[in-house]
Amino acid sequence: MNKAQIAVIGAGPAGLSAALEAARAGAQVTVIDENRKPGGQLFKQIHKFFGSRQHQAGTRGFAIGQGLLRDCEELGVSVQLGYPALGIFPDGRVVFNTAQGVRSLFAQRIILATGANENNLYFEGSDLPGVMTAGAAQTMINEHRVLPGQRVLMVGTGNVGLIISYQLLQAGAEVVALVEAAPQIGGYAVHASKLRRAGVPIYTSRTIHRAIGEKTVEGVELVALNEHFQPVPGTGEILCADTVCMAVGLSPMVELAALAGCQMTHIPALGGTIPLHDKNLCTTNPMVYVAGDIAGVEEASTAIEEGRLAGIAAARSLGLGDDGRQQAVQERLLALRSGEFGAKRQQAKEDILRTFKEAMA
Amino acid sequence: MTYVRKTGYLCSEELANLPGVPSEERLSRGPVAVVECAQNIPCNPCEDACPRGAITVGEEITSLPSLAGDRCNGCGLCVARCPGLAIFTVHRDYTETTALVSFPWEYLPLPQQGERVPCVGRDGAYRCDGIVQRVMTGKALDATAVVSVEVPKEYCMEVRAIDRGRGIHGAR
Repeated sequence: MNKAQIAVIGAGPAGLSAALEAARAGAQVTVIDENRKPGGQLFKQIHKFFGSRQHQAGTRGFAIGQGLLRDCEELGVSVQLGYPALGIFPDGRVVFNTAQGVRSLFAQRIILATGANENNLYFEGSDLPGVMTAGAAQTMINEHRVLPGQRVLMVGTGNVGLIISYQLLQAGAEVVALVEAAPQIGGYAVHASKLRRAGVPIYTSRTIHRAIGEKTVEGVELVALNEHFQPVPGTGEILCADTVCMAVGLSPMVELAALAGCQMTHIPALGGTIPLHDKNLCTTNPMVYVAGDIAGVEEASTAIEEGRLAGIAAARSLGLGDDGRQQAVQERLLALRSGEFGAKRQQAKEDILRTFKEAMA
Repeated sequence: MTYVRKTGYLCSEELANLPGVPSEERLSRGPVAVVECAQNIPCNPCEDACPRGAITVGEEITSLPSLAGDRCNGCGLCVARCPGLAIFTVHRDYTETTALVSFPWEYLPLPQQGERVPCVGRDGAYRCDGIVQRVMTGKALDATAVVSVEVPKEYCMEVRAIDRGRGIHGAR
């Protein structure tokens, strides 16, 4: 029977960072991931990251991923790929699928770093080939080196929509426009400015009304929205486009946490339903920790720091390692959650901690 | 709501209030960095990038970078280091009639030295033609080229890129 002191599910930035810290503390760690390649979304991130020197700011995302994998190898962390986790049993058994059939792994602690799913929009023609999530387009251009189309409409102006639009330009596509239902751009102005300099229009208070085409997208009709986010009659405008990308938020992938009996809370500012957790990312099931987007949708730098915290704490709960490292990680997380964009997430995280305490009282 | 959050680019009033944008007087004293960073995002590589300590973010990494014009010599080391591609350098009095504007550039193919190029403003609209004087690449820049174009002096605080569409595959 397969055994590990700590099992990590998900080999993205949070999962790999958790595995690293747990291994550094002396734990025997196994990471499983359903994908054939490790790194989660990191290897698609060709842009330079924000943050401070401690967050590896200025380094491109894929290079951060390469560093994490290198460290995992040095520390002897076992990373098992191509294995979708199917369930978690109360005795710590993690069940997963392999080419040889269903297998299980017994772990004393489980760290869930499953990430998030991209949200979809439904509109007339949203089932046409050529309509996809922004993340799918990013996988095509940056992983498979295939252009999804020549003329792209991006729906959503959070950082995901802005960054992937820029990467589509770099890959040689034209981005005909970005539309944003809200009256203002959601993501960082510096990302939006790169697009505007490149001649890409960004339309606020506007959304896609329908995608037009027989067998594939041939055009899109946009519509203006009023302050109640309702379409304004007579404002339809048709643009020529062959691809529609949706960057309309992410939802944490909490299924395994639910199976493990973790209590949930609902926090729209962090993507929806999230397992309650304490400041060290321990859920209401003391065997189970969460880190990264499953613990609230943020970005890769916070996922890395949360992974570190969860890894340190899970090892500590087994009597391994020491407390010394936690404080510094907490401080770095606080820095990432400050300022006009981060403060709301910090507030939401504090709400989770308070609700956790109430739930455990 | 700020202008930049509505449009995606900074207007002149917003620029005038930024601690990273040099004064007219400083522009008259030779090449200088222009840090067009207007939001309190957690980011400070610009501070480390400057060997002369001319850019300060400080303890709070969400503070806006401020430029010490007296320390900056416009070397441009910060230009490729800014993850937001929001730092430029401007040498207003490059010649009697022209200025040299440098900006980060992450599209292929790279422009060539000596090439005549259409230059655009923050809104992507055409401003004037310019001559590419320098294209800096290299390992330290980590695939972000720094392109310098010579433009008529009056456009030195307007031009922030070249038209991506000059014969590039897939562009307009």
